[in-house]
Amino acid sequence: MMRFIRSALVIARRDFTATVLSKAFIFFLLGPLFPLLFGSVFAGIGTNVAEQAKRPVVAVIAPKAEFERLQAARGRLVEAVGDGPLVDLVGYRPEPDLGGQQKRLLATRQPPVRAVLSGTLDHPKLVGALAADPGTESQLKLLLNEARAGEGASSSDLEVTNVAASSGTIVRDRALTAQISQVALFLLTLMLSTMVLSQLIEEKSNKVIEIIAAAIPIDAMFVGKLFAMLAASVLGLVVWISAGALLVQLVKHGGVATLPVPAVGWPAFLVLGVIYFGMNYLLFGAAFLMIGAQASTAREVQTMSMPVTFGQVLIFGFASTVVGALGSAKAIAASIFPLSSPMAMLARAAQDGAIWPHVVAILWQGLWVALILRVGAQLFRKTVLKSGPRRPWWKLRNA
Amino acid sequence: MLAVEAVDLVKDFNETRAVDGVSLAVPTGSIFGLLGPNGAGKTTTLRMLLGIIDPSSGTRLVLGRDRPLEAAPEIGYLPEERGLYPAMHARDAIAFMGALRGLPIAEGRRRADALLAEHGLGDWGRKSIRSLSKGMAQLVQLLGTIIHKPRLLFLDEPFAGLDAINQGRLEELIRREARAGVTIVFSTHVIAHAERLCEEIAIIAKGKVVFDGRVDEARSRLRPIVRLRTRASDGPWQSAIPDNARREGSEYVFELPEGGPEPLLKALIDGGAGIETLAIERPGLHDAFVSIAGNAAAAQMGQAAPQ
Repeated sequence: MMRFIRSALVIARRDFTATVLSKAFIFFLLGPLFPLLFGSVFAGIGTNVAEQAKRPVVAVIAPKAEFERLQAARGRLVEAVGDGPLVDLVGYRPEPDLGGQQKRLLATRQPPVRAVLSGTLDHPKLVGALAADPGTESQLKLLLNEARAGEGASSSDLEVTNVAASSGTIVRDRALTAQISQVALFLLTLMLSTMVLSQLIEEKSNKVIEIIAAAIPIDAMFVGKLFAMLAASVLGLVVWISAGALLVQLVKHGGVATLPVPAVGWPAFLVLGVIYFGMNYLLFGAAFLMIGAQASTAREVQTMSMPVTFGQVLIFGFASTVVGALGSAKAIAASIFPLSSPMAMLARAAQDGAIWPHVVAILWQGLWVALILRVGAQLFRKTVLKSGPRRPWWKLRNA
Repeated sequence: MLAVEAVDLVKDFNETRAVDGVSLAVPTGSIFGLLGPNGAGKTTTLRMLLGIIDPSSGTRLVLGRDRPLEAAPEIGYLPEERGLYPAMHARDAIAFMGALRGLPIAEGRRRADALLAEHGLGDWGRKSIRSLSKGMAQLVQLLGTIIHKPRLLFLDEPFAGLDAINQGRLEELIRREARAGVTIVFSTHVIAHAERLCEEIAIIAKGKVVFDGRVDEARSRLRPIVRLRTRASDGPWQSAIPDNARREGSEYVFELPEGGPEPLLKALIDGGAGIETLAIERPGLHDAFVSIAGNAAAAQMGQAAPQ
């Protein structure tokens, strides 16, 4: 085992220095600028996020009669402007501890509440995360005016209290974090895929492969190459995250502190982000290394690039079903399917605070990395080195 | 004791049988030549012995192990198609090849510097491979093959592409390694190299071993050759010339008769041949090769005259 690791490290060290010390690595570091532009166009994919943002829910603590007057007023407005842009109202009977009820409603996720309206129609009070959502406040004033029609009350009667966050904004922000993290993971892996596809072309074209194959197990070469690229990619990731954080700090008022906090918290999310990036890369990388190993020229690699990219886009689309719909069958399937699992689970980390599913997922993904590498190495021996195993591949030890 | 032992190695590539029951026994410390024309199965045999590919059937023991990769730290390999990373510095390329065989990279660099200096490339250690001439790059690769001080060296067509001077240097290097106790197995289609270097050879043709043994033994399969030039053009002495003798210019060339040189000389003198020159030559490995593998194989090797 030690020799295997040592062999893999020899390959990894060579590939890492060859990659990082090349001029092309500068272009690699600049790479995210292009997909970021592309990614902004991509934003439409996560329609769930937009859905969360479009229809804020306002909890109304009021006697039944007053709530019905508000709903009737909303109905009249729907006739005039349509249902799409209007806030949803959910009624609750007043409880003795009004303050406690307000807090509970602001924290609930079923439904995710943006604000809580209480008091009476004559003296309404609105509490919620409304600083970035002036539309909800204006709509409620309109609804209240309509409900009080003929009573001469003015819109200034609505007393507004702003809070930092409500369940509605938290769900929306976390869904946004989930989507952004998924897009980032997808784009980074997309950038690396072509590089991984062509990893073995160099050795095959300059015949070094013969020397390597005679000295170390092919599995060790695969692992070494994959981890060299992973190390180079993590280096790139650190540069990109640092540059991104600096940009946010410079451009956004309040800096990185104002970014929406993921469900598991920032420290755990960043750790999971790096792990899932690694797993995503290793899963796709192992698969692409296996596919790319069959190519013998750069042209063949280019030919393979397009279907590989399409495949990645499909898997990304599958993984994006997790955003805003954690418990759905599709989301669970996306979390289990090995190639979509890292992206799906990172989105879960943004939206749900439970840690144990990530431990299970990481072990599951690691198992698949090992399996794909093993099959890839055997396939390489058989098809490229023309060495047909005498025993079934699952029993084959290295010659 | 045997450094390499192969029994009935067979390798099929789809419908084609590239190696057909090759058995070899390479004594430890010997220089062993694998001789045969292109496509005879030499490289495939070496690749099986190295563990790059698995045989379809048959067994192999390399330094006592049936899984050659387990012995990799004690083996050096120079493939037929040379391969180095063009952007790598010469010393790093040598150290990298050593590292693949378990030599620590720092020690590899130290030894690489010493080896390069010893072979007149001391100033080229920190130059990239792409800046070296072809001969220099080949030398770098060869140094990378021995950097980790292997006990067993596999050299696949090591002289291919080298000029006469570098061929001489390589021969000397091979002899030096052999003197140090290293077992050397090399394949070649150039008979002269095998003749000069090898103690033992195996001749492979069409995937089969057609001869396996000492070079002397191969030669001894043929009778010595007589080259005779006479002043007389006709006479009773001609009865001493075998029927299958051939004329090469003014010379008769034929195998020395069973009785040896004395009866032949007596018959020639008594018959009034007027001997101008008479030479008895020991047959070369080339002649033995032609005799063993056949003219077709010799022609395929493309070298009627040894280099």
